[in-house]
Amino acid sequence: MVALTVNGKTHQVDVDPDTPLLYVLRGELELNAAKYGCGLGQCGACTVLVDGEPVFSCVTPVLVLEGRKVTTVEGLGTLEAPGPLQQAFIEEQAAQCGYCIAGMMMRAQALLQRNAAATDEEIKAHMEPNLCRCGTHMRIMAAIKRAGKLMQTASAASTGRTG
Amino acid sequence: MERVTLADLNRRSVLFGTGALVLAFTLKPALAQTKSPGDETQNFQAVAQPAPELPGSLKTNPNLESWLRVEASGKATIFTGKAELGQGIKTALLQIAAEELKIPFERLSLVGPDTVLSPNEGYTAGSHSIQDSGTAIRHAAAQAREILLAEAGRRLSVPVEQLRAADGAITGPGGEKLGYGELVSDHLIEGRAQPTSKLTAPDQFVEMGKPRRRIDIPAKVTGGAAYIQDMRPDGMLHGRIVRPPSPGARLQAVDLSQAETMPGVVKVIRDGNFLAVIADKEWQAIKAMRALSAAAQWQETATLPDMADLPAVLMAMPADDGIVADKRGPVSAARSEEATFTRPYQIHGSIGPSCGLAQLVDGLTTVWTHTQGVYPDQKAIAQMLGVPIEKVRCIHVEGSGCYGHNGADDAGADAALLAQVVPGRPVRVQWMREQEHAWEPFSPGMVTKVRAGLDDKGNVVDWNYELWSNGHNSRPGTAGALLGAQHIAKAFPLDAQKLQITPEGNGDRNSNPLYAFPSRHVVWHFLADAPIRVSALRGLGAYMNVFSIENFMDDLASKAGADPVEYRLRHLDDQRARDVVERAARNFGWKAGQKAPEDHGFGFAFARYKNLAAYCAVAMEVKVEKETGRVRLIRATSAVDAGEVVNPDGVANQVQGGIIQAASWTLYEAATFDRTRITSVDWSTYPIMRFDALPQAVDVDIIPRPGTPFLGAGECGQGPGGAAVANAITNAIGRRIYDLPLTREKVRAAAQLRA
Ligand code: FES
Ligand code: FES
Repeated sequence: MVALTVNGKTHQVDVDPDTPLLYVLRGELELNAAKYGCGLGQCGACTVLVDGEPVFSCVTPVLVLEGRKVTTVEGLGTLEAPGPLQQAFIEEQAAQCGYCIAGMMMRAQALLQRNAAATDEEIKAHMEPNLCRCGTHMRIMAAIKRAGKLMQTASAASTGRTG
Repeated sequence: MERVTLADLNRRSVLFGTGALVLAFTLKPALAQTKSPGDETQNFQAVAQPAPELPGSLKTNPNLESWLRVEASGKATIFTGKAELGQGIKTALLQIAAEELKIPFERLSLVGPDTVLSPNEGYTAGSHSIQDSGTAIRHAAAQAREILLAEAGRRLSVPVEQLRAADGAITGPGGEKLGYGELVSDHLIEGRAQPTSKLTAPDQFVEMGKPRRRIDIPAKVTGGAAYIQDMRPDGMLHGRIVRPPSPGARLQAVDLSQAETMPGVVKVIRDGNFLAVIADKEWQAIKAMRALSAAAQWQETATLPDMADLPAVLMAMPADDGIVADKRGPVSAARSEEATFTRPYQIHGSIGPSCGLAQLVDGLTTVWTHTQGVYPDQKAIAQMLGVPIEKVRCIHVEGSGCYGHNGADDAGADAALLAQVVPGRPVRVQWMREQEHAWEPFSPGMVTKVRAGLDDKGNVVDWNYELWSNGHNSRPGTAGALLGAQHIAKAFPLDAQKLQITPEGNGDRNSNPLYAFPSRHVVWHFLADAPIRVSALRGLGAYMNVFSIENFMDDLASKAGADPVEYRLRHLDDQRARDVVERAARNFGWKAGQKAPEDHGFGFAFARYKNLAAYCAVAMEVKVEKETGRVRLIRATSAVDAGEVVNPDGVANQVQGGIIQAASWTLYEAATFDRTRITSVDWSTYPIMRFDALPQAVDVDIIPRPGTPFLGAGECGQGPGGAAVANAITNAIGRRIYDLPLTREKVRAAAQLRA
């Protein structure tokens, strides 16, 4: 049994400790967002956040995740109440097949929560590990920038309210 | 008495009977759009055409009920045989249906492709979905709307001309309203479609031609179940295949026992050269696959061509010559120029490797698959299993983008094979990355050779073009097209490829330039032997042929001392072609004689996809680091004429993606192999485009052509996109590279030769 905290909820999962996180998310917790793309840490389709940092869940054994916080696209919002990145990807129609998109969003989330005003060059450099075969890159860039703006507006609004 | 007759009226008599109700169909001639250009037979291989006079896919499925059903709830279901591949087709097809049926978009749902539920439209390929399925749905929806109008007219005793269909209801002159749900009854909207329909005029469109957000995207960005990979039917098991280490390998011996005793393992399968495991959990299946792989001994044979010498190998292979164009005029060329271009094998490289799911219940094998052709797969899989065709059902579920014939059909077949071993249990087979890279059918290596006779102004008066290539389509077909069927003990042989010259083209697609050359000869040296498994990649031969033609046109322009855009226009009569060329050049700010900034280059390219689908021109700026050979895209501007456009944002998305993807093919991509094994087996050995090379913008300007036929647009950017990158690099470094891909090493070497 491994105790795993995903999107704020703790789960006891009964898997071999060498099982990569990806298979636990998809197989045990039935979360769809993180995708199998290569299993080799080469494409980013499986990217999730661990304690706020992007990791390739396909090469991260579940064993090392005891006590750490895992966030997936499901933790960013829902169909009914999409988070800023989700909203921005919908508004920019930033998907063709969309298979790479969940991984793109999680890597982008790691950047934006540090720096919601990241420049084009910063975004490109940060997104470098993730591959998209459909050539959706331009819209992915636009969606990340839009999400950054949404986050800035939201945080300005909440600062306004609380301060 | 008359009332009774009318009450019994079914739609067949509405359409074919005489009297007032028919007026709706005969008052006005059908608007445009009854015919789409192109030879649709390519996508209908082996699909009977009982109604060749009907538009689009109504040819193959002439009955209205094959395409739509209006429910008593007032909602409607649309059926399609074309698959969502990430090109947004679901949304566009529903836009068409909403427009012609006059029903809110939200009340529509889409079913198919499914061999039980949806019409047989062959393959989803060749930018045909809107042309084939969209045209059929448009006509079926328009005819259904007229039937509903007629039925309302009958019920309200009002002439049809005084009725209006909108928002899923018919309104009469006094404001009386009947919802579609109230109007519809069993068999009302059934039977054979008419050849012409009362289509909505483009200036009346409320849905078509308007950007609409895709219906599939919300689930994809919130972790919804959007892909076949996300299916988890009760009792599902996980399968993994152990593929041979090389295409010519034969299994010598294997010890199944270790894999059989591993935790979670349900079955280990050996059938000829086909090895597989089935386990409860996915990771258990992967571990068992690895153990089984280690326990297998293979005898390998060198069957692959010499990669270092590929062009010569291809040109020396026995060939059937197909004449694509032969129009010779009296020619008096002052001089001639020639060039040879080469392209390596390239791969589809879907980001999600192929996946299939199958279940055998009471003798029926149901296969969930991201194939482009459920009906052809049904036939091939049934043949492989040795069962009648009705004992296999194929249902399309979306996968990762495929860009043509990748491993989808094979993974479906793998799942079908494994499902036979564990009756009742659904088995999911997920290919590994290395398997997808090594075993998906590649896009063939090609050589092209062009020679132009020129007049004293450097204009082309004679054009000779030859290409050497395998056929670009080895889809099922028979069971032999399926990888698993080639490997099992009762192996099926591969279908022999035959040369065929068609209007749409195959390896020869776009090999005949649209330019108005007075004399021309184009020949495809068709290579029947395929030393490497090959099939359709987005655009088939069009990418390489347009690459060759458009690179060469730039060479000729520069020899003539002409501006590349002006030189193209000199040779273009087709007004719509001229329009996209002029529009792209203008939007880019192209000026004859302009010089790009230091280390930058400007490039231009044009093609009309298949010479009968969408027109596309691309202007590109790149930056080249001469010391390293590294190329970055700076900006791309494209102009597209896709005829009537259903979802402009969808077209823009496809063209943007196509240009980026073609840039990736052009700059980076080559499958590699030694004489025995494929060696490009992951993303480090087969690099593709990454964020760092991206331009600041890829603009798509769509020239509106309301009321004209749909022109398939999904692949129109591939040729011009790639060629524009190459022309821009040439402009930056002063030398052309004739062998794809234009890697860093080649660009650096060429730049240094120049310096
Ligand atoms: S699937 Fe994890 S990096 Fe590709
Ligand atoms: S949208 Fe298809 S791989 Fe990125």
